[in-house]
Amino acid sequence: MSLPDRNGHFGKFGGKYVPETLMAPLGELEKVFRAALRDPSFKKELDYHLREYAGRPTPLYEAKRLSKHLKTLNVYFKREDLLHTGAHKINNTLGQGLLAKRMHKTRIIAETGAGQHGVATATVSALMGLECVIYMGAEDVKRQALNVYRMNLLGAKVIPVTSGSRTLKDAMNEAIRDWVTNVRDTFYIIGSVAGPHPYPWMVREFQAVIGREARRQFLAKAKALPDYLTACVGGGSNAMGLFHAFFRDKRVKMIGVEAAGLGLNTDSHSATLEKGEVGILHGSKSVLLETKDGQIKIAHSIAAGLDYPGVGPEHAYYKKIKRAEYVSVTDKEALDGLKLLSKTEGIIPALESAHAIIYLEKLAKKVRRKSTVIVCLSGRGDKDMATIKELI
Amino acid sequence: MNNRIDQKFKELRKKKRKAFIAFITAGDPSLKITEELVVAFEKTGVDIVELGVPFSDPLADGPTIQASSLRALHRHVNLFRILDTVKRIRQRSQMPIALMTYYNPVFHYGEEKFIVQAKQCGVDGLIIPDLPPEEGGALIKSARAQDMATVFFLAPTTTPQRMRYIAQASSGFIYYVSLTGVTGARRQLSFTIKKQVDMARQLTKKPVCVGFGVSTPFQVKAMAQIADGVIVGSAIVNEIEKNRGHKRLVQNVSRFVARLSAAVSIRMTKGF
Repeated sequence: MSLPDRNGHFGKFGGKYVPETLMAPLGELEKVFRAALRDPSFKKELDYHLREYAGRPTPLYEAKRLSKHLKTLNVYFKREDLLHTGAHKINNTLGQGLLAKRMHKTRIIAETGAGQHGVATATVSALMGLECVIYMGAEDVKRQALNVYRMNLLGAKVIPVTSGSRTLKDAMNEAIRDWVTNVRDTFYIIGSVAGPHPYPWMVREFQAVIGREARRQFLAKAKALPDYLTACVGGGSNAMGLFHAFFRDKRVKMIGVEAAGLGLNTDSHSATLEKGEVGILHGSKSVLLETKDGQIKIAHSIAAGLDYPGVGPEHAYYKKIKRAEYVSVTDKEALDGLKLLSKTEGIIPALESAHAIIYLEKLAKKVRRKSTVIVCLSGRGDKDMATIKELI
Repeated sequence: MNNRIDQKFKELRKKKRKAFIAFITAGDPSLKITEELVVAFEKTGVDIVELGVPFSDPLADGPTIQASSLRALHRHVNLFRILDTVKRIRQRSQMPIALMTYYNPVFHYGEEKFIVQAKQCGVDGLIIPDLPPEEGGALIKSARAQDMATVFFLAPTTTPQRMRYIAQASSGFIYYVSLTGVTGARRQLSFTIKKQVDMARQLTKKPVCVGFGVSTPFQVKAMAQIADGVIVGSAIVNEIEKNRGHKRLVQNVSRFVARLSAAVSIRMTKGF
């Protein structure tokens, strides 16, 4: 049985928890997406853009110096950082942008945390000649000034969100409010495998190209499947993109790395799957960080892209059925990861991806024999230079 | 049948009157004032009170109720304390009360436990804007067992097939959202509402009430012509905020609400 089911459920997670106004539009979106999946011309157009515009396929790079440093692991990086706009987000925004065109929508909206999804959405909107509005928490607008500048340059209007905690979760609230109001002409491009059905499924399908390519490339190089997959998890789109194609390869172990922020014993982390409870946020049932009264907590991570108190419902499902394991590393460890990869391989990763990289040191100590691992290098570090300059 | 909302509509139908439903956020500016307001509303022509449960992420609400919700949260208002307030109100008033809450606080509390306790405290209905009936099976079942009304929404985008389904899942009344958008006062309301409300009323005998954007006596009057009831929220929440700290807050807000509620019974000479 392939998931999600007809109503968008992954086991008990997922679903559609939205105001009535959005129920029919979500149904319509699902119908259009389902038809597009079966339409060879859609696939052809998407493949064309992924190849000629975004730069797919991305290399699967064997990191020999890092592997030597880790001793017990042979590390391969799926180089999503080499894509146009510098992260995996473009895989999804191209797909949803093409759907928006099919549905004759004239206006695109999106939420963004670090600004990577915002930039990828603004890019695709420019490419397709669509009006674009990006909601971004006022805190993040300050932290990620460079990305705000990029979005403006691409013709998008960035609206700073001053409600609530002024970060990604509030940007998403505001984007949903905009969508409820302008649903007739507006397409909402959600950036992660979160939100109401069909988004978690749709975003996964658009990101699954990561895992499909990686699986093929790895088989060609190593004549076997990898022992481990690992990726950072905020909402979880790059991780689900890598994991999905390996779902049936039962011997391939999957590890999602969340942000432990200042530490799991503090109130400042984003380790939703490790510390959260089942709940409902932004249109789906999943696991989230909440207070004893059922109010949503404010998450923290040095990586703005992981700074979210929820997680995609399919990850909650993977954890529940024990198909994947979820761990976390702190802000400080993530900075070490960034330095490690920069010095051993000459690649400066995004702070988000650095979480998955530094976890390799822990994994290296755990494995009993020499093992292979594919890491999703989801983005490049240029956007983080201002943050890092203050800290290193 | 001893649900106060059902009784109220029965009574109103006999008198050929329309319902005036007032929304206020529980705990803004304080739970004590919330209690006083509900009690005072009995004498101002309010038929049903919608008590808003504050939530950290109120994605169906506009700026007015967002801010009100946040003020209440700063005062540590939660479901438990709101139920306690309803219990106090019940010692003084038989005003029908529906709780308007986002789903997560109820889910976290435990749906069944919450419904049983809410009923015991005197709550008559639940309105959950981010819970469509498709996901509400368990909640509806628990609510039926307790004779707790479950009010679901119709919106301008709702298809005719869904209308029937939603009408079936609803009890107490059906909430017709007057516009595509979030809560908050609007200067003008759409002229297509009548057609859609008519369609809904043909599909069901359950009362259909219109809310979202309704803020003036003129709008209340217009909506009362086409629906079984009218819901006003943000305008009242605004008035409460304007009177914050004022020792005559309850009297001033009551006077404001009386002007709105009076409009439901004014007959219109011309069609809307």
